[in-house]
Amino acid sequence: MLTITDLVHSYGPHRVLGGVSLSVAEGELVSVVGPSGCGKSTLLRSVAGLLKPSGGRIMLAGRPVERTPDDLAIVFQDYSRSLFPWMSAANNVALPLRRKGLDRRRRREAAMSALDQVGLADAGAKYPWEMSGGMQQRVSIARALAYRPSLLLMDEPFGSVDAQTREDLEDLVLNVCAHHGMTILLITHDIDESVYVGDRVVVLTRSPAVVAADLETRLGRSRDQIATRQLDAFVRLRAEVGRLVRGGHTTEPTSVLEKQ
Amino acid sequence: MDYARVLRGVAGAAGFLAAAEVVGLSGLVDDRFLPRMSTVLGAAAGLVADPDFLADAGATLTVWFLGLLLTVVLAVPAGLLLGTLPRAEAAVRPLIEFLRPIPSVAVIPLAILLFSDNLHLKLAVIVYASSWPVLINTIYGLKDVDPLAKETLRSFGFGPVPVLARVALPSAAPFIATGIRVASGIAVILAISAELMAGGSEGVGIYITEAASGGRIDLMLAATLWAGLFGLVADAVMVAAERRLFRWHHVRTGGAR
Repeated sequence: MLTITDLVHSYGPHRVLGGVSLSVAEGELVSVVGPSGCGKSTLLRSVAGLLKPSGGRIMLAGRPVERTPDDLAIVFQDYSRSLFPWMSAANNVALPLRRKGLDRRRRREAAMSALDQVGLADAGAKYPWEMSGGMQQRVSIARALAYRPSLLLMDEPFGSVDAQTREDLEDLVLNVCAHHGMTILLITHDIDESVYVGDRVVVLTRSPAVVAADLETRLGRSRDQIATRQLDAFVRLRAEVGRLVRGGHTTEPTSVLEKQ
Repeated sequence: MDYARVLRGVAGAAGFLAAAEVVGLSGLVDDRFLPRMSTVLGAAAGLVADPDFLADAGATLTVWFLGLLLTVVLAVPAGLLLGTLPRAEAAVRPLIEFLRPIPSVAVIPLAILLFSDNLHLKLAVIVYASSWPVLINTIYGLKDVDPLAKETLRSFGFGPVPVLARVALPSAAPFIATGIRVASGIAVILAISAELMAGGSEGVGIYITEAASGGRIDLMLAATLWAGLFGLVADAVMVAAERRLFRWHHVRTGGAR
């Protein structure tokens, strides 16, 4: 589905991506985790065609990404900036569907159905600024769902909501995406979250970032906020990812090399 | 609307009128030159039924409206163009910054030489003077558009023109509206100034000139009072419209005006 080969990017003399290679198979949810400022967002923006990387290759569905791919949606961390405040929630969700050539009634139906899936069936007429942060992020997720992208990119999607809402949204994304068989690349700096939501966890090093490890979570598709986090496999994996994110030099300095 | 605030404003205006009346009564000022406030107010009330004045007011109102309309039609697209083309803006900016501080009334004599048609003359000076706030606010509003909002739509595959129409323009609209409101005040000033300086057959400025030359200071001031009142009402109507249309903007900016 998505193959990134040796992606390199520099902002002036500052090299953020030092040759990142990873792939996402169809229907997979891959979380990318790494220390802050390691270039995770640069990676995502390159995949989205919003930024032209200095080097490397990105193939989406067999075609190189040069401009913004047609079949892609992004959920940003900052819902308050990414939703349009002059439009109701339903119109926010419906707007991108213009690209799909749907008529007004079909757009409206698709928007209402997506809002229903994220638990906002009655909030379509509300404006973003009349909603809580969690509700706004649900609208962003609904907007991406309604678009039915072949690849969904999520940039720290739960980074600006409280802990309880965060858990609700994690489960929402897991359920809805399993239901639609969506392919997702999710970026986060939260180690726990990367393991909880991912089929695979890709760990990036500090910038210039390379892939430190690419780990299968093997936690199954149905996950539970309490039970999954108690599993031995979860606890071990979280610890391993944690060490890798810290650059491996607090404990077990060789684990980075071992994994590769 | 803040009721207490309105009340204070009314109290301030009433206080000024009362003070002016007291000064008039005290005999400090010769009321042949500055009639008493009550006389001016009476004359102002009388003008409502004066067909000559109403015709003049209608003429000025028409010029004001046409001038403002023309300003919006010209300055908003120009601002959109300059706001989206930073290089063009950099080239034009020094010229704008040079022309803008020139008192607009100073261009009226030039306009008198350039335009033989009285209506064209008035429209030209109104458009010249009123365009600046609309142009500047449009450019500023476009620069202020959140890049993430634009990227959101770009990521869904929308091109530059749809992004301009669906994100940049709505997002800049409150700034553009404020520019138009400022322009409306300027247009009133320029319409009457042009009538005063360039003459013509009708308009509040003409009425004021004729009242003054006829020694009717009370009528002159009464007409001036109406001009001021019109500016005030036009501003209030636009503020109310902005609050209604751009509630999302005022909620975000904490309702600050």
